[in-house]
Amino acid sequence: MSLLEIKNATLKFGGVTAVDDLSFSVEEGEVYAIVGPNGAGKSTVFNLISRFYDPFAGSIHFDGHDLLKSPPERVADFGIARTFQNIELFDNASVLQNLLVGRHRHRQTNMLQEMLFTPKARREEIAHREAVEEVIDFLDLQPYRNKLIAGLPYGVRKVVELARALASGPKMLLLDEPASGLSVEETQDLRWWIDDIRKQMGITVLMVEHDMGLVSGVCDRVLALADGAKLAEGTPAEVQSNPAVIEAYLGVGAA
Amino acid sequence: MRIHFKTSYNDDIRLFEDRFTALKYAVLLAFAIALPFLLGDFYLGEATNVLIWAIAGLGLMLLTGQTGQVSLGHAAFLALGAYSNLILLDKGVPFIISFPLAGIITGVVGTIIAIPALRLHGIYLAIATMTISILADDIIVLTEPWTGGVVGMFPPTIDIFGFEIERWSQPDRFYYLVLITTVICTLFYRNLLRAPLGRAFAAVRDSEVSAAAMGVHISRTKMTAFGISCAITGLAGALMGYFSGMVNNETFTVVISIQLLMMIVIGGLGTIHGAFFGAFVVAFLPQGLSIAKDWFGSSSVAIPGLETGVFGMILILFILFEPGGIYGRWVKTRIWLELFPFARKDMFKRQKSYLKTERLR
Repeated sequence: MSLLEIKNATLKFGGVTAVDDLSFSVEEGEVYAIVGPNGAGKSTVFNLISRFYDPFAGSIHFDGHDLLKSPPERVADFGIARTFQNIELFDNASVLQNLLVGRHRHRQTNMLQEMLFTPKARREEIAHREAVEEVIDFLDLQPYRNKLIAGLPYGVRKVVELARALASGPKMLLLDEPASGLSVEETQDLRWWIDDIRKQMGITVLMVEHDMGLVSGVCDRVLALADGAKLAEGTPAEVQSNPAVIEAYLGVGAA
Repeated sequence: MRIHFKTSYNDDIRLFEDRFTALKYAVLLAFAIALPFLLGDFYLGEATNVLIWAIAGLGLMLLTGQTGQVSLGHAAFLALGAYSNLILLDKGVPFIISFPLAGIITGVVGTIIAIPALRLHGIYLAIATMTISILADDIIVLTEPWTGGVVGMFPPTIDIFGFEIERWSQPDRFYYLVLITTVICTLFYRNLLRAPLGRAFAAVRDSEVSAAAMGVHISRTKMTAFGISCAITGLAGALMGYFSGMVNNETFTVVISIQLLMMIVIGGLGTIHGAFFGAFVVAFLPQGLSIAKDWFGSSSVAIPGLETGVFGMILILFILFEPGGIYGRWVKTRIWLELFPFARKDMFKRQKSYLKTERLR
């Protein structure tokens, strides 16, 4: 059985059909990309998986759980972590604190234990910090550990968001345009990181990305969307040469 | 600049950054303990007042500064704390139980009130909670058999296992009671900040969408924030009841709510220090004004609205020139001194934040 399985999902905003009878599945251990022109419904698919939107019809299953039966907060507990297209970090907190929020799903202590800071709370806190430190090491964030997000450059914020998602120790990572706004070198770093995330950590990656260089470099399979519906699915090369995909991007007769 | 060479995770977690900081706070605590021997009864009373306001400020700070939920209803929770303590004492419950219980009752009621308020944000939440403050007045009058209505209630002498604390004749004992409560509340607050719950509060404040994506239960976290905040405020209310010597329906008006909110903004939102700095301003402003009036030789003439006017002006000046409050100014001054003479003019300018993801709900 696939790790993530979306069947016949449909979502409408007023008269606009944002996601139209979409079905696809992501296998464990693969890197899967969703591409498509602006407004194709790529981020909406992510928001459906994160349970920010309720689909009109269809089903979403992750790792044997029916996602549609759980509130947004539970999605993280199942092992799905995500980043956002426009960076949603906690601006008035340090990088370290942001990553520690990523550990929230592993919280074992209750309010009273934390208020009194019992030895258990301390042990838990140290365990969280160890896990976060590994992520900081992995993504080379040491120089920024105690800096406030509000003063950081865009590229670093992108990495911090990826780090926060990784800190939660997910089974699957949803990356919403991880390379947008990054320089060529930063994109290259990202490519290696995604490779390592898959190979060393064994995390499945589902990403939305416009940079076809990155997509063809790291992805096993690609799904092309247009107007909320599936255009093509296959290896990056197959999708890139698909006439329907070229038509959606460039118009009729361009091929 | 002190450089910290961290060798274990405990270095990051502990209460005080380093020994020097711990020493500073130890000296501060020693000073606070020695205060009754240094001050006369009047100024000791003022110091007690500052501490009580600081406890109430800590309560609201947790909700507004930490979790980002503005509340103008905290005067009602002060009242609830004061009345539940007094009513419990009336029923024969000893102070040592009735006082913490007053905090717990206020906390539970606050959590329940938070449920409908959860759907509101920003200014709408402020308006909704303000109604609680306004309603409190009427509710106190309507429940006259318990609360004494407009006649009010008079706090009896505190009795802890035979150890008596009479607010008027033994101001030093009452001061110590308030000081202990302050230290405990501050410690609880500080502990929360270094634990997952405190970070969840900040996450809800800064971005609800990504907090939810990280597995933070938004409504439960907000309810917890309301609960803890109201519990601390309830304790402050109980102490305020003793301090004023009498509580009735007009002791805790909506003006108190507004003063509390102004206090934490002036002190510095989101910081423990801010609650204390703000408390100094709120507690000493009326005294400062009457002293100033003496200088101008108009002591016999009452000027209506002078206090509120000056307070409002201070608030506006702070929002315009120092949004970080007194504590923010202090931090900047300290860094300036530490770096002297190398501080640059624009060191504290922050980059504007980027476009946020459209609000999803």
